[in-house]
Amino acid sequence: MSFRFLYQTVVHPRKVVKDLGDAPTPQYTAATLHGSLQIRHVDAGSCNGCELEVTSAFAPVYDAERFGVRLVASPRHADALLVTGPVTKNMVEPLRKTLEAMPEPRLVISLGDCAHNCGIFNGAYGVEGSVSDVVNVDVHIAGCPPRPEVIVETLRGLTGR
Amino acid sequence: MNGLTHVLTQVLVALFQVAAVAVGGPLLLGLMRKVRSRLEGRAGAPIHQPLLDLRKLFAKQRMRPRDSSWVFGAGPVVLVATVVAVTAVSPLVSASPPLGQSSDFFAVVFVLLLGSVLLALSALDTGTAFGGMGSSRSMTIGALCEPALLVAILAMAIAARTSNLPALVRVGISHPAVIASPARILALASFLVVILAESGRLPVDNPSTHLELTMIHEAMVLEYSGADLGLIILGESMRLVFLLGLFVNLFVPWGVADRPGVLFVGLGLLALVAKVCAVGATIAVFEVFTAKLRLFRLPELLAGGFVLALLGALTAVVR
Repeated sequence: MSFRFLYQTVVHPRKVVKDLGDAPTPQYTAATLHGSLQIRHVDAGSCNGCELEVTSAFAPVYDAERFGVRLVASPRHADALLVTGPVTKNMVEPLRKTLEAMPEPRLVISLGDCAHNCGIFNGAYGVEGSVSDVVNVDVHIAGCPPRPEVIVETLRGLTGR
Repeated sequence: MNGLTHVLTQVLVALFQVAAVAVGGPLLLGLMRKVRSRLEGRAGAPIHQPLLDLRKLFAKQRMRPRDSSWVFGAGPVVLVATVVAVTAVSPLVSASPPLGQSSDFFAVVFVLLLGSVLLALSALDTGTAFGGMGSSRSMTIGALCEPALLVAILAMAIAARTSNLPALVRVGISHPAVIASPARILALASFLVVILAESGRLPVDNPSTHLELTMIHEAMVLEYSGADLGLIILGESMRLVFLLGLFVNLFVPWGVADRPGVLFVGLGLLALVAKVCAVGATIAVFEVFTAKLRLFRLPELLAGGFVLALLGALTAVVR
C-alpha cells in the first residue's frame, strides 16, 4: 500500500464526478477484466421473458458463475450494466443514474430484441426508445428472449474464459 | 548479534503470518463458495476467483458519495490495518509470535472491534438509508456478541490462569487435558457462534443476498467501489481466516510451530491451512442446509452463546 494510495484514500479523496461530459471512457476488454466480471442488472421495462433467461443462465444448469461472472447488488460494485427491455419513460432517469453511479471502466450490455429496437413495444405510448437511445451500448445480446447458451457465450467472450 | 538474529526471525515470522492470512483470506472465501456451489449442484467459480476479483477492483476507479467525509475513506483502511496488526502478533503459524507476551486475547478482540465500528461509522457517513440500516443492525448484533465473547475469553483465561493468547495455545499443547475441560469446550462453542455472527455468515447474515432489506453487512458496503471495496473484501476475509485460525489453534493446537526453525514454521503453516480449510468447508456445508434467522430471533441465538460461555466460566471457577 503506497503512501500516495493512503493519501488519496484518507486525506484527499476524490469526490464523485457526476458530470462525465465527453471524456473518453476507458474500455474493458477480456485482458483488463482478468477473468472477473460483476454485473448489475436493470429492468428498463421488460416483459420479464429476458429476466427468466438471465436467471436460468446463472442457475445450476448453465451456471455462468463458473466463468467468473457474478450478479451484484449495487452499481458501485459492478463492471457491467445489463439492461433488458425497451426503456420506458419512467425508467430513463433511473437507467442514466445507475450508469452514472458505476465506477469506470464500465460496460453496458443490452439484452434481448426489445433492448435493441423496442420489439413489439415499438411506438407504444409509454416507451421512450431502445437502450442505445438513452445510454451508450457496448455489447448486445440478440434474441426474444436470448437463449441462456447465448447469454453465457457472450459473457464468456467478455471474461475471456 | 544473537539479539539481532532474534529480532529478524520475529519480524520474518510476523510478515509470514500476515502474508499467509492475506492470501488465505480470499482463497478461503473461494473455497467456501466452491463447497456451496457443489452442494447446490453447480460447478461454481474456481477457488482463486476472489483473488481475480480483487486484482480487478484495485485497478478500478474509486467513487465517493458527494457528502461523505474522511470517515468513509478511513473505514476500509482501518479495517485492514487492525486485522494486519492482530495477525502479526497472534499464535497462528507459530506458538511464540513476535511481541507474543503483549498479545492479550481481550486486546486482540477489541482491536478487531475497532475495524467493525469504523466500518459501521463509514456506512452512516454515506447518508443513504441502507447504509444507516446496515450499521444499526451490525452494531445491534455486535452489542449482543461482545458479552458472549468476553465471558468466553474469561472462561478460557480462568482455566489457564492467563489471557495471553500464545500462552493459551501453548497450554493446550503441553497439557492436552485443558482442551477437553468443560470450560474450554463451552467457551469455544460460544466463540464459534460469535465468529459466525461477527463475520456475517448464516444463520445471522446471508453473504450472497441481493435483497437490500435482508442485508446486514452487505448493506454497509453498498456505496463502496474500486480499491475501497477491494480493501473491505480483503479485510473481511482476512478477519474470518484470523478468527477461524485462532479458533482451531485453541481447540486443536497440534502442528503449531512451538519452537523456531523454518521446518517447524512450514509445518505450522500446513497444519493451519488444513485446519482452517476443514472448519471453513464445514461452515459452508452447514450454510447450505440452514436458512437465515429472522432478525428478532438473533438475540436468542446469541444469548445461547452467552449462556454457554457463562457455564464455561462457572465450571472454570468451581472446578
